[in-house]
Amino acid sequence: MTAARFTPGMTVRVRRAFQPGHVRTPYYARGKRGVVERLCGIFANPEELAYGRSGEPKLPLYRVRFAQQELWPDYRGTAHDTVDIELYEHWLEPI
Amino acid sequence: MAEPPDHNHDHHHPEGAVRLDYYEAMQLAVAELLIEKGIFSADDMRREVEAMQARTPAKGAAVVARAWTDPAFKAALLKNGTAACESLGIEMGPTHLVVVENTPGVHNAVVCTLCSCYPRMLLGPPPDWYKSRPYRSRMVREPRAVLAEFGLRLPDSTVLRVHDSTADMRYLVLPERPAGTTSLSEGALAALVTRDCMIGVAVPKAP
Amino acid sequence: MTNEPGRGVHDMGGLPAGPVKPNEHDYAMWERQVDALMVLLINKSRRVITVDELRRGIEGLGAGAYDRLSYYERWIASITQILIEKGVITNDELGRRMEAVKARFEGTT
Repeated sequence: MTAARFTPGMTVRVRRAFQPGHVRTPYYARGKRGVVERLCGIFANPEELAYGRSGEPKLPLYRVRFAQQELWPDYRGTAHDTVDIELYEHWLEPI
Repeated sequence: MAEPPDHNHDHHHPEGAVRLDYYEAMQLAVAELLIEKGIFSADDMRREVEAMQARTPAKGAAVVARAWTDPAFKAALLKNGTAACESLGIEMGPTHLVVVENTPGVHNAVVCTLCSCYPRMLLGPPPDWYKSRPYRSRMVREPRAVLAEFGLRLPDSTVLRVHDSTADMRYLVLPERPAGTTSLSEGALAALVTRDCMIGVAVPKAP
Repeated sequence: MTNEPGRGVHDMGGLPAGPVKPNEHDYAMWERQVDALMVLLINKSRRVITVDELRRGIEGLGAGAYDRLSYYERWIASITQILIEKGVITNDELGRRMEAVKARFEGTT
């Protein structure tokens, strides 16, 4: 079990990485900056489970809130609109 | 098999059809082999199909109506969605439910861009459009345009929060109780709550 | 559709696409049975396969099949592939059984 590295309110950046294979970090979020909304819990690693392995060690999972304008500079809604994405800790970097 | 993207396969075989679809044959063959190998029984399979048929948006609507009429339940639901639903006797299985609340000035909507994660225990299986390329692609980038296609036009002053269901959580939108419904019973309130209201592509309307 | 390297066919958030058509259909019995099969296989008491393996299999179908197959066609294609990989069923017994099932259905046995 890993102790959670981030707490709600912290600003984080999603790592840029483009490996093949199963990941649950959407392409559109990579390299983007958001704010931790909550810690969802500690969950088995899907990138391991997908290949029939144990998924250990388990990872903290967060909901990270992104401003739409951070994700899409040409976003046509309003400045306060957001997307929340669940992300496992190894994809997040502190800022 | 050259079908355009988002083609909806209906697989309706009229009575007496003589051709069995390739994937239907695969399903039947795999199920038979697994039953023969004792992985599960034919009864297990039948019970599971029945359980799936029993899961409908009525379960989610009952949760919403309870939250509208019982502030303590609503607080519990927002704190731990799974535990609160289980307290109503709803079987949640492995689901980790997060309930997101619409309030005056904040609207929530749910998508799964990577596959089609959906709170099945409360809403049943997802509709085709939820799993379609247009919804999954556009809901995170131009959600106001997508909502408008569903007939929901949000004022600019409303904050729109889209939830991309990428991992272990499942999301249910708790809509706002419509004005003018103070005299309605919990059952009558539940009847106002459609599936689409709990995905966040619609809002409930007073009768 | 995209040619961005490292972006899976399933990873479509933000890509251009047409209007959302409000389609739905009542699931056919065979589709419900695919769903039931999956629920039984991932059940904690059996844990024959995981949802993550199902997804990995679907993502590995390739761009053509991903868009061409219906939802539950993708599921059964992936479930079957993983059961073969894991040695739960063999390719040979599957091939024979599918022919037997078709023959039964079509009334040729």
